[in-house]
Amino acid sequence: MQDAATTLSAREAPGHAPGRAAHRLRGIWRNIFPFIVVAVLWEIVAISGIFPARLFPTIEAVAKTFFTLTANGILPHHAIETLIRLLSGFALAGVFGVTIGILMGRSRLAEDIFLPLVSICAPIPGLAYTPLFLLWFGLGSFSSILLVGFVSAFPVIFNSWTGVKAVKEIWVRSAHSMGADDRRMFTHVILPGALPYILTGLRLGLAQAWRVLVAVEMLAAVPWGLGWLIFGARKFLNTDAMLAGIVVIALIGLLLEKLVFQKIENYTVVRWGMVAA
Amino acid sequence: MVPIAIDNVTLEYDTPAGKVTGVKDVSFDIGASEFVCIVGPSGCGKSTLLNVIAGFLPPAAGEIRIDGKTVKGHGMDRGVVFQDFAQLFPWRTALGNVSFGLEMKGIPKPERDRIAREQLRLVKLEKFVDSFPHHLSGGMQQRVAIARALAYDPSVLLMDEPFAALDAMTRDDMQSLLADVWRATRKTVIYVTHNVAEAVYLADRVIVMSAHPGTVQADIRIDLPRPRDPLSVEFLECQKQLMRHLGHKVSGNGVGH
Repeated sequence: MQDAATTLSAREAPGHAPGRAAHRLRGIWRNIFPFIVVAVLWEIVAISGIFPARLFPTIEAVAKTFFTLTANGILPHHAIETLIRLLSGFALAGVFGVTIGILMGRSRLAEDIFLPLVSICAPIPGLAYTPLFLLWFGLGSFSSILLVGFVSAFPVIFNSWTGVKAVKEIWVRSAHSMGADDRRMFTHVILPGALPYILTGLRLGLAQAWRVLVAVEMLAAVPWGLGWLIFGARKFLNTDAMLAGIVVIALIGLLLEKLVFQKIENYTVVRWGMVAA
Repeated sequence: MVPIAIDNVTLEYDTPAGKVTGVKDVSFDIGASEFVCIVGPSGCGKSTLLNVIAGFLPPAAGEIRIDGKTVKGHGMDRGVVFQDFAQLFPWRTALGNVSFGLEMKGIPKPERDRIAREQLRLVKLEKFVDSFPHHLSGGMQQRVAIARALAYDPSVLLMDEPFAALDAMTRDDMQSLLADVWRATRKTVIYVTHNVAEAVYLADRVIVMSAHPGTVQADIRIDLPRPRDPLSVEFLECQKQLMRHLGHKVSGNGVGH
């Protein structure tokens, strides 16, 4: 078994040490194994006919719908609209969240003002604010973006604040003794020192943004969007389209995590040894 | 390179039980290019005194003058090396750490890289310029910290037990390296330690402090020729003399603490 894997991967990736390639192959297998189990169980239920095929389509049917909707441009259109809202809202959360969090960490006054507010507002579920935002800012994209920004700012604020507080006093003293003024203390010491926490905050904020956005799209009467697609498909019992929408959400989430956050982390805090890889 | 005067310095700590005097009426002078070790039991305020000289804490009374000027806060006339390995910035390479002070001074990049490389060569780390601190051993990190404190050319080097967290073998290497660096740069050095052998090995003069409150108990000149041999009779004699001042019982030739 191991020999087979070794020769196979050695042929596939010349130049790699065979041991490492086999190790990687085993890692990939371990990652996809649970999905295979779930897929098999799903197929058994779907084929057994416990549910009507309309409500519990087979994986082939979902895949077919996925490809049809992708090919005719409907799914990409939904996905792009959602992605634009997500990134706009998340950008708001990132800019305001990091700024407020750092202010709270640096100034006693800002901490006294913001901490009670943030502590009370943060645990409230994002959806609870939705009717208020829809009444204030109207139906549609604009209020969705504002709400996403508002709700996902909280984890960013908390983590940036903690990060600034966690900057080691010895770094500050060293930088002081080497002549750092306030501005460069901030850019050269406080910011990089707090970066592991800030990145964690952004990552949690993005997850939060996803959760609230998909839900809000169901309520805000937006013409396009994955949340709307899933919600609208219910009326016509299009479970295959719903599942296709859920797959796209999972794929985008995975891509953002792997291509954006992991890359940034590997290049910064992991390379600096501030966070274990 | 410049003389330092410590003039009737008193330090107080705020504790829940009220103000506690940590150091009381400490006075001594340090000559230009002199290597002075401050030794004493824990709690004698030697590290706190160093922090006051560095300008991180204000004295409750008295003053410190460096080259005739009263110390008010930190300044680039002093370089500081701490005991904690974590003093280096993990997000900068060895070279980046060493050039930090030069960057703050506004020296252009090619020039500061050149100086930083030179400093790293002085502490024998020229092969590790591009390494991040977490890839360096404790001894190497402390050498980077020394190079970093020297790079922007302060006239005084303040060291707070920089080698206390290293294993004994590395510590011996570090001490001889520091002695070489000092000979090459002729900085005025104030070095806090609780290790008597280290003090005898490095110092021109040893200030012995006693605790509760911290006061100067003895001021001893070490006149051994350099480089010093820690196994020579004279070296051990100096060590014994110091230990007696610290209140240790010393018998025969054995020296322990």
